[in-house]
Amino acid sequence: MEMSRAEGISKVKKGLLLLGAVTVAEVLISLLGKGYLIPGLEEYSILFAFTGLAMILLSLYKAYFIVYEFMHLRYEVKGMALTILLPTMLLIWGLIAFLWEGNTWGDRREEVKYEISEEVDQQLKESEGEPVKELNTDEH
Amino acid sequence: MSEELLQTTEEKEQENWSGGESPFKTSYGKLMMWYFLLSDAFTFAGLLIAYGALRFSNPTWPVPDFVFSTAPFGVTGAPLIFVTIMSFVLIISSGTMVRAVQEGARENKNGVVFWLLMTVFGGLAFLGCQAWEWNNLIAEEHMTIFTNPFGTHTEDGVYLEGDGHYIQEGDEFKAGESYLIHKHHGDWDPLSFKTESGIVKQQEFGPKAFGALFFFITGFHGFHVFSGVVFLFIIMLNVASGLYVERKNGYEMVEKVGLYWHFVDLVWVFVFLVFYLL
Repeated sequence: MEMSRAEGISKVKKGLLLLGAVTVAEVLISLLGKGYLIPGLEEYSILFAFTGLAMILLSLYKAYFIVYEFMHLRYEVKGMALTILLPTMLLIWGLIAFLWEGNTWGDRREEVKYEISEEVDQQLKESEGEPVKELNTDEH
Repeated sequence: MSEELLQTTEEKEQENWSGGESPFKTSYGKLMMWYFLLSDAFTFAGLLIAYGALRFSNPTWPVPDFVFSTAPFGVTGAPLIFVTIMSFVLIISSGTMVRAVQEGARENKNGVVFWLLMTVFGGLAFLGCQAWEWNNLIAEEHMTIFTNPFGTHTEDGVYLEGDGHYIQEGDEFKAGESYLIHKHHGDWDPLSFKTESGIVKQQEFGPKAFGALFFFITGFHGFHVFSGVVFLFIIMLNVASGLYVERKNGYEMVEKVGLYWHFVDLVWVFVFLVFYLL
């Protein structure tokens, strides 16, 4: 895409101002949610969910802007853009599955830590199948 | 009339796929750069999702605005300020890269060289910031890939001794507050404190995975920045030598390294989000 020098400069300036402003907004939201800007605000845990969501959405907007404007994906053939964008949809599954998994590890942390000291009901174990044969009994 | 027009565009699209020209209207090199970046995006996404899973599996996690609250020249207690500056450096270097590509499209050789040089400086500035951050974490705060001295209190309580820095004997703290275990003469010196329920305890280390995840993921990103700086420098020399003028393809190589450089900035958006903001 050819454009004049002045056009190019104004386009870059606009892009940088936008990305910079979004970054500043993200940092302010992060500090707000953790109670740095208004002390005491961090007590409301519901706020943390909102600030988290806001930061994720702003980051996705930054990513969209970088890919579409700076990397020129907006000006490519639609089919080509789709071959790049569609595979990333797999990450939605990855994100949900692995965060879910991590959460479960957290819930079962105590069980994993104290597995060895877990008590086993001896009678129940024997009733569940053949009694365990002792090895080396016929050797002598 | 409009139907006729539709017919012709459809026919045109079919012709695109009947051979002889690129249906995606782009060069092989640029297309392959895109697919490389797609695969690289999956690598980074895998690492960041692993960070998320391990963070979710731990009852406590180091609070970013406590861990990353120092800056050069002795600044302390400035949460996230230094990494915000690092982000700006990378964003601005993305802007100078766009300028280099624009000047390439206008066949302005000196302009391309100048803006590529500015981008190289941006990349080097970012790497310098990262070197300072790593040095601070390793040499001053003694974080390693196996030890994480950033812990979190799980109960309210009061300190029984001071650390000679910020904590004094008798200081009170609340559940969820962070602390850094100091090292004195090569030995860890966890402070003892008394919880609300009257039990005397010592500061415990934070989740072990934090150090390895931090150094690996920011290190992998830093390695991408470093390779990008090397590529930018080589391509800058090629531009200066007039190589791409002879190729007569509108400085396509500058566009390709531009894609890579913007991708490095793109990854930083997400590293910044999960490591520092959330």
